Amino acid sequence: MTDRAPQPTTAVANPPVQPMEENLGAGDVVRASAMADLPPPDRELTKVAKLIDVSKCIGCKACQSACIEWNDTHPELETNVGVYENPHDLTPEMFTLMRFTEYENPETSDLEWLIRKDGCMHCEDPGCLKACPAPGAIVQYSNGIVDFIHDNCIGCGYCVTGCPFNIPRISKVTHKSYKCTLCSDRVAVGQGPACAKACPTQAIVFGTKDDMKAHAAERIQDLKSRGYENAGLYDPEGVGGTHVMYVLHHADKPSLYANLPDEPRISPLVETWKGATKSIGLAAMGLAAAGALLHGLFARANRVSVEDEWDAAELVARSGEGKDEQ
Amino acid sequence: MTGRTFSAPGDHLEKQDPIAVSRYRGLTRINHWITAAALVVLLLSGLALFHPALFFLTGLFGGGQTTRWLHPLAGLLLTASFALLFVQMWRLNLPRREDVQWATHLGDYLSGHEERVPEVGKYNAGQKVVFWAMAGLILLLVASGVMIWEQYFPHLVSIPVRRTAMLVHSIAAILAILVFILHVYAAIWTRGSLRAMTRGTVTGGWAWKHHRKWLRELAGRGGSGSAE
Repeated sequence: MTDRAPQPTTAVANPPVQPMEENLGAGDVVRASAMADLPPPDRELTKVAKLIDVSKCIGCKACQSACIEWNDTHPELETNVGVYENPHDLTPEMFTLMRFTEYENPETSDLEWLIRKDGCMHCEDPGCLKACPAPGAIVQYSNGIVDFIHDNCIGCGYCVTGCPFNIPRISKVTHKSYKCTLCSDRVAVGQGPACAKACPTQAIVFGTKDDMKAHAAERIQDLKSRGYENAGLYDPEGVGGTHVMYVLHHADKPSLYANLPDEPRISPLVETWKGATKSIGLAAMGLAAAGALLHGLFARANRVSVEDEWDAAELVARSGEGKDEQ
Repeated sequence: MTGRTFSAPGDHLEKQDPIAVSRYRGLTRINHWITAAALVVLLLSGLALFHPALFFLTGLFGGGQTTRWLHPLAGLLLTASFALLFVQMWRLNLPRREDVQWATHLGDYLSGHEERVPEVGKYNAGQKVVFWAMAGLILLLVASGVMIWEQYFPHLVSIPVRRTAMLVHSIAAILAILVFILHVYAAIWTRGSLRAMTRGTVTGGWAWKHHRKWLRELAGRGGSGSAE
């Protein structure tokens, strides 16, 4: 008999080695794209989060390597154009990317090398899920993980439009959308995400969201004691909080870190498109079609009378005489 | 030969007793029905991606992936096909003084008192509105559609612009569908209209009742001996 795997609360500890049943599945889905009425989940999982402390990151890209290895992706080899980002952007084969920013701090005149591990933020209110037209192609589990179910994906790119962080990438090969899964397949068997497991400085840690917030608070206090008075946690309210959070030394200016959005939220344009336009539009089209059908069935049609035909014949005859052509 | 004000080249009295008036030649009719077929495909595939309740319509095309690539291609076909219709029809759809009078008599027209409505040429004000609305909306739809065409133009515009294009595309599509419903309804409600797009001709009485200036001009040009 096999037991269900425990919920992982850290990426550091090694997982149990005996065979265990997957512990994250369809029954844990709390939200799914283009599906309004979901059955309530079987149970409520503890919210998890990944915390990325940019002040501890050394830019080694072990996280990228671990991500490629675990997810078995094959990012294209690109050419060096004089920047450290490699590949140059997130791709359907590269779910996470170290982004490097050289920032000259005007207050201290110091050159600061800001390194941020970019990837899906796993929003509590995911814009991708809201925008997606394919039922069940994007799901959110009760532990907060937002996952793409590729069997249901149609490759339309609406998730790109909906995402406030510019994360999803559509494959030219499979025509499906890809992004970080927060290693939902590892979490399901009691393991933390591959990137957190691989990080040599533990700049990336994983656990329950409460634990991660508490850990972040300690780190922020430490940073403040070292003169980073604006140090803080990036867990943006605009998207209901995220399940990937950053500790930033300049939390007052997130955009310093390779344009991390200062106040991310689902664009009002996307909200209007997926809100009022969708419901009012469908109602208007439905009413117009039904009204036309009913009116067509029951109202009097506009018919041509016999007199009209006579009048036309007379007109044509008179014209013929006048022109004397026939 | 006298000039034409209310009729298109090719429109002529096809036969007498009973009178049949040629309204659309074969090429124009084929052109129209290709446009119509493309529009129906676009409407069904577009609605499938517009509202979750209608996603099942993707089944008509063999699934979501097929619907996703088919929709924009049908859009290009519609644009090209409509453009051909446009060059044939735009001149007679230019607004004229009598259109304003026609529009003010819309109530009489709808209640069956067409004798109180001023005479019009090949198109009445309602048909002109449908024509220009469709032309404008198709232009909006194809422009915004290319911007959200993930497969071939993923980086044509920035993501914020893409969001605007998405909203414009969905609102324009809703309006186009409303205009389409109006167009189909009017063609069926006004009995005798459909044959203009099937057989190509209308009866003399139909032309007399609905497009008298058009009929007068064609009658004045003589019978079926037209060289055009």
